[in-house]
Amino acid sequence: MITILVFSLIGLGMLFALLRLVIGPTIADRVVSLDTFNIIVIGLIVMLSFLFKRSLYLDIAIIYGILAFLETIVFARYLEGHYGHH
Amino acid sequence: MDIISSIFLVIGGLFYALGGLGVFRMPDTFDRIQAGTKATTLGAFSLLLGALIAFPSWGLKLVLIAIFIMLSNPIGSSALAKATYRAFGGPKNLEQDDLNEFLGGKEYVD
Repeated sequence: MITILVFSLIGLGMLFALLRLVIGPTIADRVVSLDTFNIIVIGLIVMLSFLFKRSLYLDIAIIYGILAFLETIVFARYLEGHYGHH
Repeated sequence: MDIISSIFLVIGGLFYALGGLGVFRMPDTFDRIQAGTKATTLGAFSLLLGALIAFPSWGLKLVLIAIFIMLSNPIGSSALAKATYRAFGGPKNLEQDDLNEFLGGKEYVD
């Protein structure tokens, strides 16, 4: 019963982040919402490993976190180089 | 012990939902960076603490994920804020812009 509540709250957060990803006015808003979405997905993977009682799924969360950090940094550098015309 | 773990899990899910809501509702890009990063950091820590209380033998991996989030999330948000400032200018209704003076007094508004 607790897991259903926690999964619903995580899904609510993912839904709001995805809405901002769709309607974001500038590309910076989209990158910010994608960053938030990635952190929420790490929590979702931890919650899935809690539900199935498998500690193996935590490795996926670690790798996903590393890739999400890389993605944020690459998008930030892209924004700075492509739009920063000063 | 099960009840304490459940409380931490619910707090983590609640802060995840609040972080998503902040990203959706905030009016400015910098406000969105603020809400989306800090609230989800606390949510992730609380969720990992709840899982650690329920399964103490998973300690090494959970602490590794927590340390990695602790290191990567502020660096990512700071890089994003700097890139947003350089690309689209600072916040619009700002009385004093110290970063603009620090960068040489150029006009960073598109």
